[in-house]
Amino acid sequence: MATGNVVTGPAAAQLGRGRLAARLRPGRLGWKRNLRRLLMPVALLALWQVSASFDLYDPTFLPAPITVLQSLWQWMFGERTAFAWYSGTWLEYVYLSTSRVMIGFAIAAVIGGTLGILIGWNELVADLFDPVVQWLRPIPMTAWLPFATFIFGIREGAAISLIAMGAFYPIVVNCTTGAEQTPKNLVRAALMLGTPPRKILLRVVLPAALPFIFTGLRLGIGIGWVLVIVVEMLAVKGGIGYAMWTAYQFVRIDLIIAAMFTIGVLGLVTDRLLLAISRRLLRWNTGLRAR
Amino acid sequence: MEHRAQGTLERTSAGGIECRSVRKAYHDAAEGTELVALDGLDLDIEPREFLTLLGPSGCGKSTLLNIIAGFEKPDGGQVYLDGRSVTQPGPDRGVVFQDYALFPWLNVQQNVEYGLREKRLGRAEIEETTRRFIRMVGLTGFERRYPHELSGGMRQRVALSRVLAINPQILLMDEPFAAVDAQTRVILQEELQRIWMQTQKTVVFVTHSVDEAIYLSDRVTVMTAGPGTVKAIVPIDLPHPRDATSDAFNQYRRKITQLIEVESRKVFAAASTVTAGDAEASPA
Repeated sequence: MATGNVVTGPAAAQLGRGRLAARLRPGRLGWKRNLRRLLMPVALLALWQVSASFDLYDPTFLPAPITVLQSLWQWMFGERTAFAWYSGTWLEYVYLSTSRVMIGFAIAAVIGGTLGILIGWNELVADLFDPVVQWLRPIPMTAWLPFATFIFGIREGAAISLIAMGAFYPIVVNCTTGAEQTPKNLVRAALMLGTPPRKILLRVVLPAALPFIFTGLRLGIGIGWVLVIVVEMLAVKGGIGYAMWTAYQFVRIDLIIAAMFTIGVLGLVTDRLLLAISRRLLRWNTGLRAR
Repeated sequence: MEHRAQGTLERTSAGGIECRSVRKAYHDAAEGTELVALDGLDLDIEPREFLTLLGPSGCGKSTLLNIIAGFEKPDGGQVYLDGRSVTQPGPDRGVVFQDYALFPWLNVQQNVEYGLREKRLGRAEIEETTRRFIRMVGLTGFERRYPHELSGGMRQRVALSRVLAINPQILLMDEPFAAVDAQTRVILQEELQRIWMQTQKTVVFVTHSVDEAIYLSDRVTVMTAGPGTVKAIVPIDLPHPRDATSDAFNQYRRKITQLIEVESRKVFAAASTVTAGDAEASPA
């Protein structure tokens, strides 16, 4: 059996199929290995809890894990009253943040994906649009925030446009690279087999760029989660970032940690989702595979 | 009416290639130099002939093949297929690449089907044809495998069957067996020999190997070191299958090796006086 491509390009590495060592001896330890991986996180949590319980530090600055969990529970399932400002708002805020990220990401994926592939494939499109993308890209997304808020006001438009723009850059750049690196001989092979030139983009360039497209999408949605927090802290009401900022103003570190945990889980879930889709679509690109 | 129909049939089914003073140069804008790959090359390839292009690296063998395939345009001269000039690639000329150029996102079955789908054939016909050509190259049972799951020799078999499935009159092969191991190469050469005899196609075959050229060809075209032209054409008058250990084979081997060595030395001499890059590597 052929080894195939040991390394299938930067895209494969970034798609995170586990470190090389793990890929070279796959699942030798099985459940033992998984148990071993849980050891450090559990130990750290235990240490945190124990030192809080025995008053080894001032819990005003760092509440114990149990306290954080209780606050999270209250935030999630508590009664909504005028006094407890956070109680019971969790689901609504998760929905607000997630929908902002998803709408922004969807806009970025459609525009960035299309433009990126075309820039990478067509010289005219590249000459027209690539300089604009390259000139605007060095401006950090957070630097756009006052400008966007000024234009859109404290409204959804500011939040979504910023998230869309932030996610747009990694998507457009990766799609460009993906289209550019389409092997010349694959294009030639398709033409030789009777594919009309106008269909090459769809038949060859798009599938050949898929690993890069997914790298761009995953980076893009990651930036989306980063920006949603920033935007919600400063430009819109509601959402995890808004809750976090309010908690900061009320000096509720337990709630800040609960919000951090929430956003981490949300980011992880969307990333794993994209990874699962990419694995399904990119079975042909699995490179070195355990058999 | 009858005449015309017959005429059309002959034209499309012949597979003769004429190269008329084909010239191709590559410009290096950065260094302001020009590399002449082919300089007024004339070559007639007969229908149903197996012809090899043999020569030192950088003699323009692959360039000529790319021009016949329609992948590159000549700067001067013209290539004709049965009298019509070549302007673009097409399914009348099947190309087998050294790096296989299989679509990595398609499995064996889908790769072989690719050209048939482009022809918009019916489902049943596509399946039947695909099955036949996968069987012809001995890959039945591997239909669901992806290219990265196959050995080099198997990948080249898929590439060959993908091209044979669309039934081109001409096969253009660019060092197809250079990347596979020696044992596999012998088997693939035998298979190609058999398939060529069965299907009666015109084959233009680029190779570095003198033995491979003599084993397979009706005629061996030895090319000059860059700029490439035809140095000599050696018809191989031996019955198939050929015995590489026979005296007659050895005589051809000696003759052709001598022709090539003269050209290789020229390249070597030029390279040691001028530090030029690999002539064939940059445009390919």
